[in-house]
Amino acid sequence: MIYILYLFFFGFLLTAVIGLFGSWIDRKLTARLQYRVGPPLLQPLFDILKLLKKETLVPFGASKATFLAAPMIGLVSVMVVSTVLWVNNVDSQNTFMGDLIVVVYFLLVPSISIIMGGFASGNPLASLGASRELKLILSYELPFILAVLVAVIHADFSLRLGDILATQAKNGVIAVSWSGGLALLITMICMQGKLALVPFDTPEAETEIAHGVLIEYSGPLLAVYRLMKNMLFFALPFFIIIIYLGGLRGHGLHLLYGALEYVGIVALITVIRNTNPRLRIDQVLRFFWGPMTVLAIIAVLLALGNY
Amino acid sequence: MGILDKAFLKSLWVFHLATGSCNNCDIEFLDCLTPRHDIERFGMLLVGSIKHADVLLVTGAVNRQCIPRIKRLYEQMPKPRLVVAIGECALSRGVFMHSYNCPLPLDHVIPVDVYIPGCPPRPEAIISGIMQLIEKRKGQPDEAKA
Repeated sequence: MIYILYLFFFGFLLTAVIGLFGSWIDRKLTARLQYRVGPPLLQPLFDILKLLKKETLVPFGASKATFLAAPMIGLVSVMVVSTVLWVNNVDSQNTFMGDLIVVVYFLLVPSISIIMGGFASGNPLASLGASRELKLILSYELPFILAVLVAVIHADFSLRLGDILATQAKNGVIAVSWSGGLALLITMICMQGKLALVPFDTPEAETEIAHGVLIEYSGPLLAVYRLMKNMLFFALPFFIIIIYLGGLRGHGLHLLYGALEYVGIVALITVIRNTNPRLRIDQVLRFFWGPMTVLAIIAVLLALGNY
Repeated sequence: MGILDKAFLKSLWVFHLATGSCNNCDIEFLDCLTPRHDIERFGMLLVGSIKHADVLLVTGAVNRQCIPRIKRLYEQMPKPRLVVAIGECALSRGVFMHSYNCPLPLDHVIPVDVYIPGCPPRPEAIISGIMQLIEKRKGQPDEAKA
């Protein structure tokens, strides 16, 4: 019973509410950076509600079952990720061995669901976007996993998120050490890729391939994809806060610190995406497998040397 | 009206179709997205795919080549959908009135919800036209909004 509460209240409802709020911060800050006024507070919610009422069109020649199932797979995987993260954050002893691997694995599934949807829709531009998304995953996963390894090494080679949190509660947050700071930087940049935002938004480049992978989606299916992206907009910064910044604590002044950490990460993402041009997919691959992987290996070596 | 209908009027996503216009109306519409006018205040976004769109903005005189394409785009739009005709050419064919190549004005091809006259209309006129459309739809019962 308690797990159902975690799944629906923490995993879905709370994550969705905070994610929608985060995506409003993103849009409002973008507007302010461009000297515009920007959308009202409830705008991300209105977008999703509106899409629920609209007609669902399945394109001729699409593989129907995959086309309809792909958004659900993505949404459910984000729910599972945020449930595991919330359980760890609320009660860090109540976890199982290897939940870090589960989280890293399920954080990949939204991208896989987007690829499935893109290929299933039978649109040439969507296929192009999906193949770019595949290459994007190949690029960012290597430095991302190496950077996550830094937190594992700090927690005495434990693959439990609870142990990582307990270590940080005892010895201070990982991000203030040299290796931790470097790993935080790398994870932030990989997160930009995971969220497919500029400079790594090659899969859904509006000007070249017209939203790419999501081009054929309409109505409730698009609403599910948008909700998934908005929830990911909370789940990924939350993951970073847990493994490098000691998690969110829900009482007194800590609540304020937690909110500031989240808003700060969202603001950083937004500023990066508003001040950079889009990279070509080969440049993305070279960037992640070149400088980012070298930095990640340096961070791992520093962590092994206890810096 | 229900919450979903209210949400529809607060988040209109716009698809821009130029049917061979002289580019003036297009530039005036793009002005609506700039900091001075900023239609994102009203939740409107410019989208790149017709499947995401709620509003079809048409600029330019409808010529023979474009008629089947406009019909296809209109059929691909998910319901509920709105059509806005911008500029004299889309309204009444303008200077192409007697041209061999422009047999019909836009509203003989697809149903049009708002006409915004002008050659080109100012961005304020475009915004005011769309806001009048929203006000009009707010007063209507649900059945009239197919």
